Amino acid sequence: MREYDVVVIGGGPAGMAAAIAACDGGAKTLILERDVRLGGILNQCIHQGFGLHYFKEEMTGPEYADRFRKEVEKRDIDVMLEAMALAIGEDRTVTALSPEYGLVKAKAGAIVLAMGCRERTAGAIALPGTRPAGIYTAGMAQKLCNIDGYLVGKEVVILGSGDIGLIMARRMTTEGAKVKLVLELMPYSSGLKRNIVQCLDDYGIPIKYSHTITRVVGSPRIEGLYYAPVGTDRKPILDNEQFVSCDALLLSVGLIPENDLINGSGVEMSPVTNGAAVDENRMTTLDGVFSCGNVLHVHDLVDNVSQEALIAGSAAARYAKGELKSGECVNVAAKDGVRYALPQRINRGEGKVRLFFRVDNVYKGVRLVVESGSKTLSNRKFQMLAPGEMGSVDIERSDIDGDIVVRLEK
Amino acid sequence: MNTICIMCPMGCGLKIEKVGEEIRVSGNTCKRGEAYGKAEFTHPVRTVTTLIKLEGGGVASCKTDAPVPKERVSDVVAYIGTLTIGRDAKIGDRLHASLDGLETDIVITGTPTSGC
Repeated sequence: MREYDVVVIGGGPAGMAAAIAACDGGAKTLILERDVRLGGILNQCIHQGFGLHYFKEEMTGPEYADRFRKEVEKRDIDVMLEAMALAIGEDRTVTALSPEYGLVKAKAGAIVLAMGCRERTAGAIALPGTRPAGIYTAGMAQKLCNIDGYLVGKEVVILGSGDIGLIMARRMTTEGAKVKLVLELMPYSSGLKRNIVQCLDDYGIPIKYSHTITRVVGSPRIEGLYYAPVGTDRKPILDNEQFVSCDALLLSVGLIPENDLINGSGVEMSPVTNGAAVDENRMTTLDGVFSCGNVLHVHDLVDNVSQEALIAGSAAARYAKGELKSGECVNVAAKDGVRYALPQRINRGEGKVRLFFRVDNVYKGVRLVVESGSKTLSNRKFQMLAPGEMGSVDIERSDIDGDIVVRLEK
Repeated sequence: MNTICIMCPMGCGLKIEKVGEEIRVSGNTCKRGEAYGKAEFTHPVRTVTTLIKLEGGGVASCKTDAPVPKERVSDVVAYIGTLTIGRDAKIGDRLHASLDGLETDIVITGTPTSGC
């Protein structure tokens, strides 16, 4: 049995930042990473756009990862690569398998969950039609292209306008493929605006909003697909079905926080984020178990992941030393157009807390109101809020006067 | 020309036209949008990110160290496609490229072994 103050599960952007903060907080720290190196999905995100907020300079994913990797290497942090965490025991013992160390049992003073997300697949969205070769999640196609050097198709259709799908539209085009069409079920994109402009518009790639796939055809390889506009009920209008030929279909239809390690453990989960419900320290309802990054809620910007992981890692170190006091908590609820707000509970006390939120539709000229008991903690006007862009607002903990509600006001 | 402003989530639809010597931006709701519209109209630039071949197989990722004129992006990609670099390449290594009047450095951003 190995013993650590803090065990971090996952060595992507969240795990690396959490481990750095834990180590700087005086904790003996271990990172368990299932890949052959640290960095997570950043390693395959070779495009620009990372680090503008955190490092105040724009860089690519692998470069952003490298900055943090070097910070990890500078410190006395144990890293186990190709190590798959299998279970978390009730006494916070983490069981993992690694080719180098065999069956590993590590007893942790505190655990930080930083496992990230996996992508929703053809099965997860019940994609109609045959199940031929040539259907990939956008992130899988990205890894095959950018890490392994394989282009998965020459005539491509993309379903969903999530950021990875948009980024891959540009990548596949740059590498010589023809991206014929992007289909989005919703009337708006779930990706960042800059990606619509610089990945689709720059290359003349058409996007059809309120459209979806009605049938995939081809066997053993995809030969094309039928698609149709959808009504307000988001059901396809089959009379208006059209056909497009393709030899690859990429799916960018959402991410699922990879919480298998804690599902069924009795930990309180948020049905909206599919991550744990946490307090401002990012502690879950399991004592000493913290969560951060995309396994907690899906972020648009890695810079926010790093910030959140620093909070979780530093709190985990304090917990392991017995210095983290949990007091009386108030609940944070979202309503009237706000899909969720995080953290879901806040300990009463002093100091600022940043609330992150997402809205359920595109809103222009609205106010985001944060109320606590009889007090208004924040009332800010936003010119525009969209589901694809996470917002944040700061509140003072000393102003808290009861349960908190985050809502939109016209 | 018409484009969408990317300076903030508003995503204003911009219309940019040249009236005499003046470049006029309409549809924007702030000053940043006007500046963006003018830049996109007069000299749109993009940072190129792509892959570079490694000796003996495999790829490393790379980028231009500064944005290049948008209309030269495909030239830069085609040129990088002709290159092969040694397997000992590291993040931050640079290669200089001269392409018909365009001078740019190509920076290695990731290798299959970085972090191992």
